[in-house]
Amino acid sequence: MSDKLLVSTRKGLFTVVRKAKRWQIAAVDFLGDNVSIALVDARDGRRYAALDHGHFGVKLHRSTADGWEEIASPTYPPKPEGYEELDMWGRPLNWSTARVWALAAGGADEPGVIWCGTLPGGLFRSTDQGQSWEMVRALWDHPKRKKWMGGGADLPGIHSICVDPRNSRRVWIAVSTGGIWFTEDAGASWTQRGEGMRAEHVPPELTHDPIAQDVHCLAQCPAAPHRMWVQHHNGIFVSSDEGRTFTEITGVDPSTFGFAVVVHPRDPDTAWFVPEIKDERRVPREGKLVVTRTRDGGKSFEVLGKGLPQSHAYDVVYRHSLALDGSGDRLAFGSTTGGLWVSEDQGDSWTGVTHTLPPVYAVRFA
Amino acid sequence: MARVVFTPNIQRHVACPEAQAAGRTVREVLENVFAENPQARSYVLDDQSGLRRHMTVFVDGRMIRDRARLADAVGESSTIYVFQALSGG
Repeated sequence: MSDKLLVSTRKGLFTVVRKAKRWQIAAVDFLGDNVSIALVDARDGRRYAALDHGHFGVKLHRSTADGWEEIASPTYPPKPEGYEELDMWGRPLNWSTARVWALAAGGADEPGVIWCGTLPGGLFRSTDQGQSWEMVRALWDHPKRKKWMGGGADLPGIHSICVDPRNSRRVWIAVSTGGIWFTEDAGASWTQRGEGMRAEHVPPELTHDPIAQDVHCLAQCPAAPHRMWVQHHNGIFVSSDEGRTFTEITGVDPSTFGFAVVVHPRDPDTAWFVPEIKDERRVPREGKLVVTRTRDGGKSFEVLGKGLPQSHAYDVVYRHSLALDGSGDRLAFGSTTGGLWVSEDQGDSWTGVTHTLPPVYAVRFA
Repeated sequence: MARVVFTPNIQRHVACPEAQAAGRTVREVLENVFAENPQARSYVLDDQSGLRRHMTVFVDGRMIRDRARLADAVGESSTIYVFQALSGG
């Protein structure tokens, strides 16, 4: 079980630890800076934090024995002379990192490998713990990449990276918006995945096009990698064939809209979501903050609200802000209004850690 | 040699002391400064070596026009200010 959380927020990186059965803030790093996401590499314990300094750009920092050091940031290659590419708004697309939106450790057999997903859609790979980065050109140069669109931001972004625990060369990524993409040769070639998902925000002829899908979050069961769960702009989808095809889960109370999903590390049928009223409002239904949990692959769901605010709660939980530890028992999530809650019993009950954090962008167990 | 002054706000992230550097354009002068202070480069320039979106550069009180190539002329005794644009919030 993990006794430590890293919480990335609009105004710094918070370390939250469990002491004497209580969770409390133990440290604040990068106070005042926008931390878009953090990673704890279970292979060596190193922590990585992505900062967005606004004026001064995106920077990556890595933990040292007694603090942090700035390391290389993923950098887009020079745009070829005379090459024109417009974004979905008709503006020239700047080949420059606008945000780090995903950080994932490579497989156990490839120490030092880190994957990094960015806006406007570049995927990067480091083989030296972030000292240097190389763009995955096969994906960036894929002709269909230009069909990716903004979703949640003006520019398309890679937010989910799943490395196959059986074979580190096999990697799935998910894009808002651009659906799911898969490589089985460590990024040398890519194919689209995700048949069966459905997008309501595009014309009918594109509704089932895998590239039109706004996947909010993709999660893979470590012990059963064939099982993938998707929290999608249009609802919840589940795959039992490594993301080739998905089935929509409907009729879930109070909503199938949300951003985050986590799946139990050993039980592929158990997954958690944080539902919101869809699109037009994006707040918890009736002001009641709840988590939904299925234990049977999506056939039924439980609504879990014990310990969570049940009136006038307007917390939104972003795609990286729901976390599950390696035991599968401890969960934590943080909200846009600065709330942080922890459960030690798979979501049956929750304890509020604080309600006064800056807006939370990502929560990870360390 | 032109004189180059950086916004105080950048100093919290990376040390950018005032510098003297040679060059006939903003590009030449800044690249000479960054050759001595390589970590500062990506705080001012983006991945395509253009001026970051919410940064501004003034040469002798005039805001530069060429944000991509930084081709604006610099005189022997010019002063270059590297500032934040308020558009960045």
